Amino acid sequence: MSISGLLWQFFAIALALALAPLLTGWVNQCRAWLQNRAAPPLLQPYFMLHKLFHKDVVLAHGASPLFVFAPYVVFGCMLLACAIIPTLSTDLPFAPAADTIALVGVFGLARLFIALAAMDIGTSFGTLGGRREMLIGFLAEPALLMVIFTTAMISQSTSVATIVETLAHGDFVINPSLAFAGIAFTFVSFAENARVPVDNPATHLELTMIHEAMILEYSGRHLALIEWAAALKLYAYSCLGLALFFPWGIAEGDSAAGLLLAISALIAKLAVGGALLALIETINAKVRIFRAPEFLGTAFLFAVLGLLVRLLLESRV
Amino acid sequence: MFALLPIDVLLIAAGTWLALGLAGLAAPRNFRYISKVLFPLGAAVAVLAGLTSLSFLGSGAETAVLAVGLPGLPFHLRLDNLAAVFVLLLGFAAAGISVFAAGYFRKGEGAAPGLLCLQYHFFLAAMLLVLLADDAYAFMVAWEGMALSSFFLVTTDHRHAEIRRAGYLYLLIAHVGAIAILLCFGLMASGSGDYTFAGMRAQSLPPFWASAAWLLALLGFGAKAGLLPVHVWLPEAHPAAPSPVSAMMSGVMLKTAIYGLLRVSFDLLGEPLWWWGVVAMAVGLATALFGVLYSTVQSDMKRLLAYSSIENIGLIAVALGLTLLFHAYRMAALAALAMTALLYHCLAHAGFKSLLFLCTGSVLHATKERSLGRLGGLIHRMPWVAWLALAGVIAGAGLPPLSGFVSEWLLLQGFLFSPGLPHPWLNMVVPVAAAVVALVAALAGFAMVKFYGIVFLGRMREEALKDAHDAGRWERAGLVWLAVLTFLLGVLPTTVIRLIDAATRQLLGAGLADKVREHGWWLLAPISPDRASYAPLVFLAVIAAAVLLGRQLVHRLYHGRLRRSPAWDCGYVFQGPRAQDTAEGFSQPIRRIFEPMFRMERHFPTVRDEQPYYSVKVEDHFWNWLYLPLARFADGISRLIIRLQGGRIAIYLLYSFLTLIVLLLVARP
Repeated sequence: MSISGLLWQFFAIALALALAPLLTGWVNQCRAWLQNRAAPPLLQPYFMLHKLFHKDVVLAHGASPLFVFAPYVVFGCMLLACAIIPTLSTDLPFAPAADTIALVGVFGLARLFIALAAMDIGTSFGTLGGRREMLIGFLAEPALLMVIFTTAMISQSTSVATIVETLAHGDFVINPSLAFAGIAFTFVSFAENARVPVDNPATHLELTMIHEAMILEYSGRHLALIEWAAALKLYAYSCLGLALFFPWGIAEGDSAAGLLLAISALIAKLAVGGALLALIETINAKVRIFRAPEFLGTAFLFAVLGLLVRLLLESRV
Repeated sequence: MFALLPIDVLLIAAGTWLALGLAGLAAPRNFRYISKVLFPLGAAVAVLAGLTSLSFLGSGAETAVLAVGLPGLPFHLRLDNLAAVFVLLLGFAAAGISVFAAGYFRKGEGAAPGLLCLQYHFFLAAMLLVLLADDAYAFMVAWEGMALSSFFLVTTDHRHAEIRRAGYLYLLIAHVGAIAILLCFGLMASGSGDYTFAGMRAQSLPPFWASAAWLLALLGFGAKAGLLPVHVWLPEAHPAAPSPVSAMMSGVMLKTAIYGLLRVSFDLLGEPLWWWGVVAMAVGLATALFGVLYSTVQSDMKRLLAYSSIENIGLIAVALGLTLLFHAYRMAALAALAMTALLYHCLAHAGFKSLLFLCTGSVLHATKERSLGRLGGLIHRMPWVAWLALAGVIAGAGLPPLSGFVSEWLLLQGFLFSPGLPHPWLNMVVPVAAAVVALVAALAGFAMVKFYGIVFLGRMREEALKDAHDAGRWERAGLVWLAVLTFLLGVLPTTVIRLIDAATRQLLGAGLADKVREHGWWLLAPISPDRASYAPLVFLAVIAAAVLLGRQLVHRLYHGRLRRSPAWDCGYVFQGPRAQDTAEGFSQPIRRIFEPMFRMERHFPTVRDEQPYYSVKVEDHFWNWLYLPLARFADGISRLIIRLQGGRIAIYLLYSFLTLIVLLLVARP
């Protein structure tokens, strides 16, 4: 662990904090364009956060300390996730703290806290949201783990940094299993980030909400933290997907030139990814909650196919 | 001058427990003496037992012979590293539970406190002897002692018919299991007449008989552990027992069955066959999935936890299967990894499940209510219990940074290596089984959110809950002890792995400790840090720093203003506590998605109902598919036998005469 490595680690975290709302803003903008609407400014999420931090917190009478505590924990979890996913360089001092399996655990911890917080006030929509969130969670987690298993078997490691190093800098090998895993991962990230077709981030129609239903009672700085954490989660999932399936450009050491290249590659990749996300959200409709198992079941099937392809075809080579 | 060996200390501990139990009989109605003197003393003895095995771990086996059995048939006792790990578990879990029990039992409820004290301490001593026994005779005596004392503890409130029924079921299945274990020992002694474990180790059974013995052990110990399909007693008996007893049974007693299974599989039977691993894994996966699905749909908080225990035992059996597979194919390092996951999960589960059961005990005391549909909002009235239960819930959901995650992480790491198995189809099927483990872990999260959210969060569903009081001092101390254990098991995995490594080494000849020691005490990297690593303390530090810094920065840069108002809830005016999810409502998605797994009876209200109501009853398929046919079969057989007994002596004489003739014909020289 070097001093410069540590510096770049903090830089990566700061970059995540700064870029995450921008990514959300970019996706919203693209979506508005595709849907023939006037687009909000690119920096709208920052204005939102600024406004929310300024506002007073309006706390329901029945709120317990857990309700106040949860946004900070969720935010901390997402920050940790962003710290261990290699965005710029694979030389991350914090990366040994958690491998991909632990990363799933970090997201799980955040989910547990937000679902508990949703149940804390005791409103009907809160519990509905909490229940649905846990439902999506347990459907998505096995698929996500199978994706991780596929990539871990290719690189013989579950450490994110090693996986990326193997995939990006190893000999060029075409892994058909990665195609299946990539499709499965895309499905899972749509579900986990509360996007269409599983959830709609723009909805406020009560009965269809999942994520929004859970955070109905939040306001002020707590809501700001949760919104920021949601943006960080989207950023983390995007970066994880990019790192696993399109790892080109991520630096191995911490030379300034390599990192500058990595930053520009990252921004370009995120821009394309965000536009694609908006496109997929536009051409799909939100499905009923009980179609979500089918959607995520498909994701699981793809992930298992990827794993079997890996075991059947590739391991003998 | 003679030094006390650890095994002597443990024997003294067992003796002291027995003495404490008997001392309770001296003044069976003196409540203060029993709860404030005897139970804390029992806890002190438990800590002593735990510390003894802690200091013992890593040294060679010690034996002792206790001349208390029949003439010429003494108890052989032996303390080795495998036993020591489980004694450690017993001691530390029992310490917390005993302290809690000191504050739990109330005056004038159920059986006389002296009797409870006797049964409870007898139970503890019997479990310790099970772990120390070194011959089949001592083992079976202790095993039966354990079953009987726990039966009496379960039926403490024997005035309720359902509790008597639960106790009967428990006793029945415990004895079916005991018969299987007895037969297993018989096979392992293989006619030599030598029933000491040393004698069994010396035998080498042909594969057929070894497999028969192993399957009997799986059935016998599985009946105690709650493996499918002999799990039915568990969700009945755990809720029936007083909470400290449920905690003891779920946290500790189930693990003695795991201990027995390990002892037979790896120690007494010699070389395991590969397909045992497949069987154990299949049974384990089925058990885990079954347990967790049923735990999500329960509406009684103790039943929910009981099914969750079934799930955890299933996960332990999966780890056992993986260990057996790796061991049979001589992949020593990987077998050690899976075995470490197994032992770790035993310890973790003992901590967090005891904690959660004790929390339900406190809730039960404060509210007299076990049904989730009548609880809610208790975090406002019982902050201690609620916050400590949160630790148990996070560990129970298998989330970092607490104890449940470490073992699941190790188990998944083990699965990741299973493609290396030199077997044509196992190396494909086993990795996919990891997905089931992931599904189980995620569903456990659902069950835990349901448990915690409905009991402690939200609004109080009944008026009476306003009078709920927090746990008393003794109860609190017991809860804190177990929560601290859960925390330590979560954040210090390398230290714990080094401790339990002695047992892994003893059973498999290989351990993880050397690998783990290479990379600092804070980093868990069972193979190498490039392959996989997990550092819970860094993990915790980053999140804690983010929480504290985030709070400070937000308050400094903006403000910390806060206003209270009624809940918004999208502007709906009619918000009663009834608008919250009930236990049934919360698990509705699970019932719908996994419908074929449940046997459901539902009543839907119609418009014309005078008093419309909705009810759903979820039952176990195994009752109808397995137990009721078996019961009918047994009933039919006994009816046939009744016919033989006409009650007339002439007929009976005829039977004797016919038997004599048949015997003469058969035994003709």
